[in-house]
Amino acid sequence: MPGKVLIVIPCYNEEASLPLLLPELLSTILPNGYELKAAIINDCSKDKTVAVAKKYNVTVLDLPVNLGIGGAVQTGIRYARDNNFDLAIQLDGDGQHPPKELSKLIRYHDETGANVVIGSRFLEKEGFQSSFARRLGIQYFHWLNRILTGQAIYDSTSGFRLFDRKAIELAAASYPDEYPEPESLVVFSKAGLKVAEVAVVMAARQGGQSSIRSFGSLYYCIKVTLAMFFSFIRKS
Amino acid sequence: MLRIQFITIAVNILFVLYISRLIIKGKLREEYAIVWVICTLFLLLFSFWTDGLELLRKLTGVVVAANLVFTGFIFAILVYLLHLSVVASKLHNDNKKLGQEISLLKEQFNKHLEEKKS
Repeated sequence: MPGKVLIVIPCYNEEASLPLLLPELLSTILPNGYELKAAIINDCSKDKTVAVAKKYNVTVLDLPVNLGIGGAVQTGIRYARDNNFDLAIQLDGDGQHPPKELSKLIRYHDETGANVVIGSRFLEKEGFQSSFARRLGIQYFHWLNRILTGQAIYDSTSGFRLFDRKAIELAAASYPDEYPEPESLVVFSKAGLKVAEVAVVMAARQGGQSSIRSFGSLYYCIKVTLAMFFSFIRKS
Repeated sequence: MLRIQFITIAVNILFVLYISRLIIKGKLREEYAIVWVICTLFLLLFSFWTDGLELLRKLTGVVVAANLVFTGFIFAILVYLLHLSVVASKLHNDNKKLGQEISLLKEQFNKHLEEKKS
């Protein structure tokens, strides 16, 4: 029986990139007969993100307050749980994650049965690779993740990720709200979920701003390190 | 009684009255008022019992009584600040849940409206 896939798209001021992303996404044909639905989660944008999104055949979840990327993604995950989706895939609204790469994540999930599949920029050196400082940070989190989870995840900050039913259930109950990516991996692997990585090609963002900017990167490192450590020692 | 005693006692009473007013008007919840009431009672006690501080100083082995007051109060303030951070964290989590719930309900509501129209 073919399953249902929800594409969770957290958006903050993405009115410029949505018209580029959504037509391509909605015309994407997924492998293995999966049916594609998309949910735009508007994280209290100041621009016309909602009006733009409503022109397309997508579900729009409009948050009344700004929750940050994690809170927005979790809203989509909760929607996926409540509406009985088989898979949920987070795809950033800024066009960094090309819809044509979705099939790689789904195929990998179907072949290996991994609960969480991360689209990784680093398994193959192709496409947008981000700056040196950022890659250094990513290297650090790779190392930290390895210590805390025992799994070798190269692109632990990647927001391009697939959740299966088990992971949806877990993330709907608890998902970190600020800079959730590396920390959630600790939570997943502590719960005994299988986290895997598959190589994808990413584009540079088409619009919007990264949630991690230069002056905040030290704060990012400290906050995420603390969060990962405490998630590790917390009783699940 | 010394002049300074009068001043501290008067200030204390005014403070208690102000806290009571805040609680009566619903601007301060009782659980957050407890710590302020205890602080005031503490100050009031030492305003009347002037030898008390000297006694405590000797018991704890602090050389200058003023230092004991500073240390004690700074510690109490730090603990209270931590408590406020806990409260803020709880509010943050509650807000997140409420925001998510509202967005999901809004979506359901709009869907129903559209179904009714068609």
